[in-house]
Amino acid sequence: MTAKSWLSAANSMILVAGLLVAWQILFEFAGIQAITPPLATFLNLAHLLTTEAFWGHLEETGRAFFFALALALLLGLAIGFWLGAHRFSSEVFEPILVAFYSIPKITLYPIILLAFGLGLPAKIAFGTIHGIVPVAIFTMTAVRNVNPILLKTARVFKLGVWKVVGSVLLPAALPEIFTGIRVGFSLTLIGTLLGEMFGSQRGLGYLLMTAIGLQNVPLIMSVTLLIVLFAASVSSLLIVIDHRLHRRMS
Amino acid sequence: MSRAALYRLVFVAAGVALLELLCRTGVIDHLTMQPPSDMVRDLAVLLASGSMNKAMLKTFTNVAIAGALAVAFGVAFGVAIHGYRAVRQGLEPLFATYYAIPVYAFYPLLIILFGLGDLPQILIGFMLAVVAVIVNTLNGLDRVSRVLMKTARVYRLGPVATARKITLPSAAPYLLTGVKLAVAHAFIGVIGAEFIMSQTGIGYEISFAYNNFDNKIMYPLILLVLAASIAINSALSRWEQVLMRRRSRS
Repeated sequence: MTAKSWLSAANSMILVAGLLVAWQILFEFAGIQAITPPLATFLNLAHLLTTEAFWGHLEETGRAFFFALALALLLGLAIGFWLGAHRFSSEVFEPILVAFYSIPKITLYPIILLAFGLGLPAKIAFGTIHGIVPVAIFTMTAVRNVNPILLKTARVFKLGVWKVVGSVLLPAALPEIFTGIRVGFSLTLIGTLLGEMFGSQRGLGYLLMTAIGLQNVPLIMSVTLLIVLFAASVSSLLIVIDHRLHRRMS
Repeated sequence: MSRAALYRLVFVAAGVALLELLCRTGVIDHLTMQPPSDMVRDLAVLLASGSMNKAMLKTFTNVAIAGALAVAFGVAFGVAIHGYRAVRQGLEPLFATYYAIPVYAFYPLLIILFGLGDLPQILIGFMLAVVAVIVNTLNGLDRVSRVLMKTARVYRLGPVATARKITLPSAAPYLLTGVKLAVAHAFIGVIGAEFIMSQTGIGYEISFAYNNFDNKIMYPLILLVLAASIAINSALSRWEQVLMRRRSRS
């Protein structure tokens, strides 16, 4: 490990410690009816992870998230490559993409539920529409900014379209595209969970929703903790890869 | 109008016309989706009747409060920590992973802490918006050129005069990016929170109408939210472009 990565690891440690302390202090003020303290929440979560019913919910969310992410990446990359390579198309469609990014997609939920019905497809669709735009926008910018010399070289070598995408565009644009994938990951997760909160009988989002209804604070806190732990750790990992890719290119 | 804008208009119009056709011919069930022309007419009726005025006022007020708080706090915080390298490095991992965490997961806790009033919704909007403002404020301040700051020192400008004459105009486009994101995120946060659980507001009305299969209210309201967020966002984008051009000219 270099000195720099030690420093950032130390920074993260201090940050996590600070957040835990803030949590404990908040507990002292808010009391046991409102929130559970850090240690108890971790223990609750550990206990929750030993029950079979919880794994059922986890598996359901995992499955929905997996498909949603796969779709968001696939469609996002396809749209991004197309708009990035074709200047006029991007002039036409980029504002539409940006506008779609800014709307509260939660309002589209009734439409998606009516179209897909209650269950897995609706959740997947909801996760996908959240994640697709950042992937598309980052990919588009990345492809557009690829050094023209590389493309000229590809033309000199008379590479086919797929060959150009696979051996020139993708490697050259990868760092930026990866940033898009990182953002897309987060938003797809949020979308999937939101989807479960409304139109579902299973999954972590559903569990949260019922826990709210029952005012079951320990359950809310443990599920929230699990989601935050998962999101933060995967996202940190992606950031490390992201930085490494960017460094390698420069 | 540019050629791209014309094509875009044609594309959107064709999409709406196709939807209208599919609904009119019954390919899309009338219970699933209303023809767009009906949505517009119902929206006009709904707005004229004034039955949604209270909900609209509530939602837009909460969005405005959440956005304004996020901008005020975010800019102040960004300015305050801009000079302190250690603090910024310490917070770096938090900013980077922040948007990976589903903020809505905290909504139940906020309801328990503050009750089912406006505050939890405003806080969700604020939480979603504030980090984007901080990050963009820091980015904008970083991009104020050294020469300008030196000029300020040569003229012996005080801190207030420096901020008013040098720092703010130079960082303005980036600050506006933060404001734009703050508005979009506050919108998403407040309406999402209303959707999940609340007693009034547009999000609540949409989910209420959905649960009662009241398409005559649900679709016009969805249309209203989409139109409002797209209008605000494109107005801010245009202003941002104007500022950006002015900055690069000077």
